[in-house]
Amino acid sequence: MHRRMTTGALAVTMAAVLALSACSSKDDSDSDSGTSTSAGTSSGLMIAPLAQIDTSGNEVEAAAESDALSPAGDGKATCDPTTIAMAGALTGADAALGINIRNGAQLAVDEHNSANPDCTITLKTYDTEGDPQKATQVAPQIVNNKDVVGLIGPAFSGETKATGGIFSQAGLVSVTASATNPALTDNGWKTFFRGLANDDVQGPAVAKYLTGTAGKEKVCVVKDDTEYGAGLAKAVIASLGDASIKSCEGDVKKGERDFSAIISTITGAEPDAVFYAGYYSEAAPLAEQLKRADSSITFVSGDGANDPQFTALAGSSAKGALLTCPCGPAPDKFKEAYESKFKQAPGVYSVEAYDLATILMKGIAEGKTTRADLLAFVKDYQGSGLAREYSWTSTGELKSSLIWVYEVK
Amino acid sequence: MIAYSLAESTSVVASTIGFDLGALRDGFWTLTIQGLAYGSIYALVAVGYTLVYGVLRLINFAHSEVFMLGMFGQYIGLMLLGFRPQGDVWSEGTLMTIAYLLLAGLIGMAVSGTTAVGLEFVAYRPLRKRNAKPLAFLITAIGMSFVLQEFVHYVLPKVPTDPRLGGSSPQPAIKLVQPTEQFTVFGASVTNVILIIVIAAIGLAVGVDFLINRTRLGRGIRSVAQDPEAALLMGVSRERIIMVTFLIGGLLAGAAALLYTLHVPSNVVYYGGFILGIKAFCAAVLGGIGNVRGALLGGLLLGVMENYGSVVFGNQWKDVVAFALLILVLMFRPTGILGEKLGKARV
Repeated sequence: MHRRMTTGALAVTMAAVLALSACSSKDDSDSDSGTSTSAGTSSGLMIAPLAQIDTSGNEVEAAAESDALSPAGDGKATCDPTTIAMAGALTGADAALGINIRNGAQLAVDEHNSANPDCTITLKTYDTEGDPQKATQVAPQIVNNKDVVGLIGPAFSGETKATGGIFSQAGLVSVTASATNPALTDNGWKTFFRGLANDDVQGPAVAKYLTGTAGKEKVCVVKDDTEYGAGLAKAVIASLGDASIKSCEGDVKKGERDFSAIISTITGAEPDAVFYAGYYSEAAPLAEQLKRADSSITFVSGDGANDPQFTALAGSSAKGALLTCPCGPAPDKFKEAYESKFKQAPGVYSVEAYDLATILMKGIAEGKTTRADLLAFVKDYQGSGLAREYSWTSTGELKSSLIWVYEVK
Repeated sequence: MIAYSLAESTSVVASTIGFDLGALRDGFWTLTIQGLAYGSIYALVAVGYTLVYGVLRLINFAHSEVFMLGMFGQYIGLMLLGFRPQGDVWSEGTLMTIAYLLLAGLIGMAVSGTTAVGLEFVAYRPLRKRNAKPLAFLITAIGMSFVLQEFVHYVLPKVPTDPRLGGSSPQPAIKLVQPTEQFTVFGASVTNVILIIVIAAIGLAVGVDFLINRTRLGRGIRSVAQDPEAALLMGVSRERIIMVTFLIGGLLAGAAALLYTLHVPSNVVYYGGFILGIKAFCAAVLGGIGNVRGALLGGLLLGVMENYGSVVFGNQWKDVVAFALLILVLMFRPTGILGEKLGKARV
């Protein structure tokens, strides 16, 4: 009897444990919650912009900063007090990204207001915590606030997918600075505009850049088990063609930190480069262990690893790594203004948010203070911002989608 | 529709599960050596599961959190010694590095030893006093595991330290030892880190085995495991033995935590002990739960086999291989490879 009870208990616990282990893995993608890590900066490494490339991997000259539309305008704008909204994660695990966007937009709004005393624009923020379900509760609030004429956001692809229909129905123009899932523009929404290239652009662009400009002939593609990693890896492998070596493709589990098995297969294949599709928390130890095993292999990764945390965690082994991102680099003047205002460096997508807020405010300054007018204005807009040229196709994609390549120096 | 999704998922499985014996042949010795390093760590943690099971018939699922707190313990130890996280390895010279590691390891062991004993005091002893059913113990163990995890997740970050401890992201690594090749075995490089891990683990394992089988204290533990009432009649204090058992398990988990962070410095995080703990528990069952030598053997075996499996089937199947191995062994030897020795009369 006793024995049977123990066995039963064993079975129950094993089942419980398996169930627990199944849910435990969800917790790590959101790593930069801002709670803890301010890792050592003693390595002095930085992620420096190298080149802007198109989908064929060819370099494209960056937009000149002087041509960029400035939020200040001519300083003579007059309008009734108007509100634009920003929606994204401002608290919770992914808050860092939302805050980057809010700050970028806030900076533009403040610059506009101080230059145009007769046209005061308010930025009203809505916190979605990056959660699609929260976002569907927040979206009606935004729509029902009649003062809001335009929206920056939602920030993430998931919440955008969940709320795009609501904004489209309300005719509220929504420009996103960060949602990159390619399928978002297939929904037939009338009001959605993406301020940067989508994920389908990044893969082919970086693959063509590696085999073209960077002259790599053998590349191993390693991916993690997230949707992002799988999608990006698939695109990269397809565009690499023969340069992608099948035998050294590897799979990493989110949360894994020791890659000795993968690295032994990689070094066996003797590639010129390894492309990792995943986030910085795995990319950093992978880059470090790869460097130790064979320092001649270039480590390449996408926007998931394009974070200061990558260099902080990997230290000097990050040197020479290539990181791509649809996000543009922050020009010096912008950086200074941002740092003095928010006491932190601009993050990924701050520049995009600044540009998009500027576009909305230009419309308002021109008297487009109803939702319908502002939507029409954005639809036909064409002009350059700090990061790039903005003008959209009928579905809301940028007409010219470009990717930035960064190098860790 | 169903047929379609079935067909699709079959192709998904076919494209994600590989079968590559060539990779196993090419990397055999590297994988073996890496596996032994992991296996040593599993083995040390597994002893904690097995001892407590032997004495209490309790699977202490909070043991993985004892290990996790050991990682934080040695991290705090290194911070107290003046180290701060940085991307590169601190170079302090061999002797000083060893001294620092020993000190940090002792702090880690103290933290995990205290946690283990505290756990027994706070969670299990009151249950024993009330003659609770075995299932109540198990649920309590799982509950305590969550308590300790969430403590590190939510409470620890409130403590003003620099850098902050705990929270949802891993601690930025403090690296003391640069893995460098010492010699090669059949072309596979053996680094100083692996050497330290294996040697330290073997030393500790021999020590524990000696403690259990050759000392008065060990006799006490074995006697309580075999027959608590007879042991009590012979003048063995059961409560004291239980406390010592938790302490030994905790100390070993602390040592394992130090060795693990030497190998994988960037996984000091609240969920960092979870999977490793389950693996160590598997190792204990594999070798025969309640059996110290079985736990050691099970740990090494599991570490090596899952490494082989990860190249044969693909890295994402690593954990699956470990659990499948457990099921296979239990099908043919339900009491594990060496049997449940500690609790049996034939010692």
